[in-house]
Amino acid sequence: MDNVETNNGGQQEQELNYLNNGHSVRSWLLTRDHKRIALLYVLSVSFFFLVGGIYAGLLRVELLTPQSDLFEAATYNRIFTAHGVIMIFLFLIPAIPATLGNFFVPLLIGAKDLAFPRINLLSWYLYMGGAGLAVWALMQGGVDTGWTFYAPYSTTFSNSYVVMTGLGAFVVGFSSILTGLNFIVTIHTMRAPGMTWFRLPLMIWSHYATSLIMILGTPVVAITIVLLALERIARVGIFDPSIGGDPILFQHLFWFYSHPAVYVMILPAMGVMSELVANFSRKRVFGYEFVAFSSIAIAVIGFLVWGHHLFVSGQSFYAGMVFSILTMIVAVPSAVKVFNWTATLYQGSLSFDTPMIYAYGFLGLFLVGGLTGLFLGTAGMDIHLSDTYFIVSHFHFVMVGGTVMGYLGGIHYWWSKMTGRHYSEFWGKISAMLVFIGFNLTFFPQFILGYLGMPRRYASYPEEFQVLNIFSTLGASVLGVGYGLPVIYLTYSFFFGKKADDNPWKLPGLEWRTSSPPPTENFKETPIVTWEAYDFSEDNGIEIERTPETEVQPSS
Amino acid sequence: MFMQSENIPLFPEQASTFAWQVDYLFFYITAICLFFGLGVVLVVLAFAYKYKEQKKFASPRNIHGSLVLEFTWTAIPFVLAMSIFVLGTIVFHNLYSMPQDATEIFVVGKQWMWKFQHGTGQREINELHVPVGRKIKLTMTTEDVIHDVYIPAFRTKADVVPGRFTYLWFEATKPGKYRLFCAEYCGLNHSGMGGWVYVMEQKDFDSWLSGTDADKTPVQAGEDLFNNKLGCASCHAGGDTQRGAKLEGIFGKEVKLVGGNTAQRDEQYLRNSILNPGGQVVEGYQPIMPTFKGQVTEEQLVSLVAYIRSLSPDAASAPSTGSGNGTGTETESEDKAGDDQGDK
Ligand code: HEC
Ligand SMILES: [Cu+2]
Ligand SMILES: [Cu+2]
Repeated sequence: MDNVETNNGGQQEQELNYLNNGHSVRSWLLTRDHKRIALLYVLSVSFFFLVGGIYAGLLRVELLTPQSDLFEAATYNRIFTAHGVIMIFLFLIPAIPATLGNFFVPLLIGAKDLAFPRINLLSWYLYMGGAGLAVWALMQGGVDTGWTFYAPYSTTFSNSYVVMTGLGAFVVGFSSILTGLNFIVTIHTMRAPGMTWFRLPLMIWSHYATSLIMILGTPVVAITIVLLALERIARVGIFDPSIGGDPILFQHLFWFYSHPAVYVMILPAMGVMSELVANFSRKRVFGYEFVAFSSIAIAVIGFLVWGHHLFVSGQSFYAGMVFSILTMIVAVPSAVKVFNWTATLYQGSLSFDTPMIYAYGFLGLFLVGGLTGLFLGTAGMDIHLSDTYFIVSHFHFVMVGGTVMGYLGGIHYWWSKMTGRHYSEFWGKISAMLVFIGFNLTFFPQFILGYLGMPRRYASYPEEFQVLNIFSTLGASVLGVGYGLPVIYLTYSFFFGKKADDNPWKLPGLEWRTSSPPPTENFKETPIVTWEAYDFSEDNGIEIERTPETEVQPSS
Repeated sequence: MFMQSENIPLFPEQASTFAWQVDYLFFYITAICLFFGLGVVLVVLAFAYKYKEQKKFASPRNIHGSLVLEFTWTAIPFVLAMSIFVLGTIVFHNLYSMPQDATEIFVVGKQWMWKFQHGTGQREINELHVPVGRKIKLTMTTEDVIHDVYIPAFRTKADVVPGRFTYLWFEATKPGKYRLFCAEYCGLNHSGMGGWVYVMEQKDFDSWLSGTDADKTPVQAGEDLFNNKLGCASCHAGGDTQRGAKLEGIFGKEVKLVGGNTAQRDEQYLRNSILNPGGQVVEGYQPIMPTFKGQVTEEQLVSLVAYIRSLSPDAASAPSTGSGNGTGTETESEDKAGDDQGDK
C-alpha cells in the first residue's frame, strides 16, 4: 500500500515499524501493541515447549529399558506430570492463539490492535505468573499426580506440590479467558469497513470458535481446581469418598473443560491450515462456509462429549452410549474440513514452500490422530484401549502432530511479516520433513504397544514391550532434531536473514497489504475491503488490482 | 496368532470370549480409517503432482464449492461413524451387562497390590486363578485411590473406585498365564501393581482350590507364600533390577533405617517389616512395600520369617522355629524367583 514506495528498494532509511519503535526493555514489557505481546508470547511458549520437550526426552530415555534405571518411579512420575502440565497448560493451549492469533487477528481483519490492549498485556503477565507458580512447584519437588490430577489421589494421597501447581494452572486459565474475551470483542467490533463475516479469513473463524471455548470452558476447570484445593487443604469432602465426596465428580468436572481444551489446541491450528492451503494453492478455500461453520460446530458439540473419558470409570451404560454417539458426531465436522482442504488443492497452483510442507504434514498427522479417535470414541473398543499407549499416541498425533505442525507452519508462513526477514528455505524444508518422519517413528510404535496392552504412566514395564519402546525413543531423537533446527535458523534469520518484501508470495490477505514488519498501528490507512477472502482472481499481482490508490507494485 | 513373531509381539493374545469381538471391531474401524486415510492421502498426492505450480504467483480459476460434494462428504462419514457406533455399542453392551450365572470373585485394590477372594474363601494377592470356560464376575472396590483392573488378553478393563463397587466380567477361553495390569495411575508404584491371571482347566482349578500346605515345612510353606501366594518375589527377587530390598544374607545384621535409626534384624524386626513396613523403611529404598497386616495369618507369618531366615544360612544361629534348610533350598528358591520375574 502506501508504504510501498519507501520499501521498494529495500535500502532506504529505516522506516518506523513495531520492532524498532522503541528499544528499551520497558518499551517491551509495558507494551500494549498486540504484535509485541505476541512476540513475548512466542518467546515464552517456545521456552516452555523446550522445557516440556526436555522432560519428554528424559521419559523416552528411561523407557529404553523395562526397569527403572535412570530414575526411580517417584522421579519418573514427577517427570511425566511435569511434561504433561507444561506442555498442556503452558504450551499447547496458548501456543497458537496467544502468538499467531494475537499477532494476526487484528491484522487479518484490518484493525489497529485488539479491543483491549491493556487486558492483552495483563493476560501475558497472568500467563507468566501462573507459569512461575508451576515452575516454583517443580523446583520444590514437583507433582506426581499426572496432569489430570485425579482425586482422591491428588486430594488425599499425594505428597507433592498439588495445590501450588493447580494454582499455576488456575492463573494461566485466566490469561486464556482474557485472550478469548479480547478476540471475541475484537472480531465483533473492529473489523475494517467492508470486512463482513463471510469475508473473514478462516483463521478468524477458528479463533472465534476457540475463544468461545476459552471463555465458557476455562472457568469450569478453574472452579474444579478451587474445589480440589479446598478438599486438599481444608478437608471439605467433595471428591474423596472417605470424607463424603465422589471421585467420579472430579472426572466429570475436569473433562468438561479438558475435552474442549483439546479443541482450543487444534482449532487454531486448523485456522492456520486453512490459510496455508488456500494461499499456497492460490485459491479460495473450497466450501468456505462449511469450513467456517465446522469450526463453530466443533466448538459447540465439543462441549457435549467429555464423558468419553469415563467409559471405564463406572459411568452408566446409557451415559456411555450417549457420549459415544456424540463423539462420533463431533468427528464429522473435522472430516468435512479435511475434505474441503483436499478439494482446495484441486486445480490450484500448488507451491512447496516450507509452510506448505508443514500443511501437508499437518494433514497426514491430523488424519491419523483424528481417525484413531474413532477407536477411542467407540465405547466397546475404548474399554481395551483406555489408559494404554494407544491413547497416548492418539492425543500426541492430534495435539502435537496437529497443533505443533500448525504452530510451526504458521510461524514460517508469517515469519517475513513478523520480522521482515527470510529464513533459509533449505533448512526449513529439512526440519519440516524431519518433524514429520520423527513424529511417525515416535508414535506409531505406541499404537501397537497400546493395542498389546501396555498401560500409560508406567515407570517400568514388562520386557516384551521393550523393542517397540526402543523404536519410539529413536524416533523421538529424530523429532528432537526436527524441532531444534527451527530455533537455530529462525533465530539466525531474525538478526541476519535476508530482508523480505511486504508480500513475497503475492497474497491477497490484509496482512500482506501492509509493510513487513508492520508499523505499530498496523495500517497507515484503514483498509477498505471490497473482495472475498482468498481472492486471487488477477494474474498480475494482487495489490494493484485490489487497491487502486497504490501505483507501485513491489518487485520481488 | 497372526502378525506374531518370536520376540516382538505385534498383536495381543486372544483369551476370552470378548477378544474376538473387540478385535473384529478393531479391524472394522481400521478398515474405515484406511479407506479415508489412504483415500485422502492418495488424492492429496495426486493433486500435489498434477497441480504443482507451473508459473510463480499464478491465479488459478476460483472454485467456490459444491453443495452436492459437501452433502456427500458429510453424509458418508456420518453414516459410517454411526455404523461404528452401533457395532461398538453392541460390544460395549456385552462387556457391560453382568451375566446372572457368573462365579463371583471379590477384588480389593490398594496401593500397590491386588487382593482377590474366591467365593470358597481362598485369598490371593496379585494373582488370580480362574477356570477356563466359566463366566467370572469380579466385584471390585479399593481401600484408597482409584485403580483399574486390566487384562489385555481378555480385552477388558474397569476402574476400581473408592467408596463404591464396580464390576467386570469375562469368560476365559484358553488355559494359560496372562498379564494383569493396573491401568489407572495410582501413585508411586503404579507400574508395579500388576500380576498374573492363571486360566486353568476345571480339574486343575479344583485341585488348586483344594490345595493344602499341610505337608510342607515352614520354610517351604514360606517360600511358596513368598514366591506365589503373596507376591513378595515381585519386588524382592530379580537381582539388580528389583525394587524391594535384598533379603539374602541379611538376617542377624544391623540395618540403617530412613530417619537415621538402626535396628537389629531379628525375627521381631522381620515381622514388623511385613506388618508395618512404613514404620521402618530401609535406607536407600522407596517406601513402596504395602502392609500385609490382616492379610497374613500368624501361621503364615511364622513361615515367612522362617523362609527369610533361611536365605541367610550363615547367620549366627537364632532361636527356635525350624532351622534353615540350608544352601540347597536357598539357591533353588532364588533361581525360581528369578525365573518368575523374567517370565513372559
Ligand atoms: C511393592 C514391592 C514389595 C513387596 C510386594 C514386598 N516388599 Fe518387602 N520391601 C520392599 C521395599 C522397597 C523394602 C525396603 C524399604 C522398606 O524397608 O520398606 C522392603 C523391605 C522388606 C524387608 C526389610 C529388609 C531389610 O533389609 O531389612 C523385609 C523383611 C521384607 N521387605 C519382606 C517382605 C515380605 C515377606 C513380603 C511379602 C509378604 C514383601 N516384603 C513384599 C518392597 C516390597
Ligand atoms: Cu476427549
Ligand atoms: Cu495403578
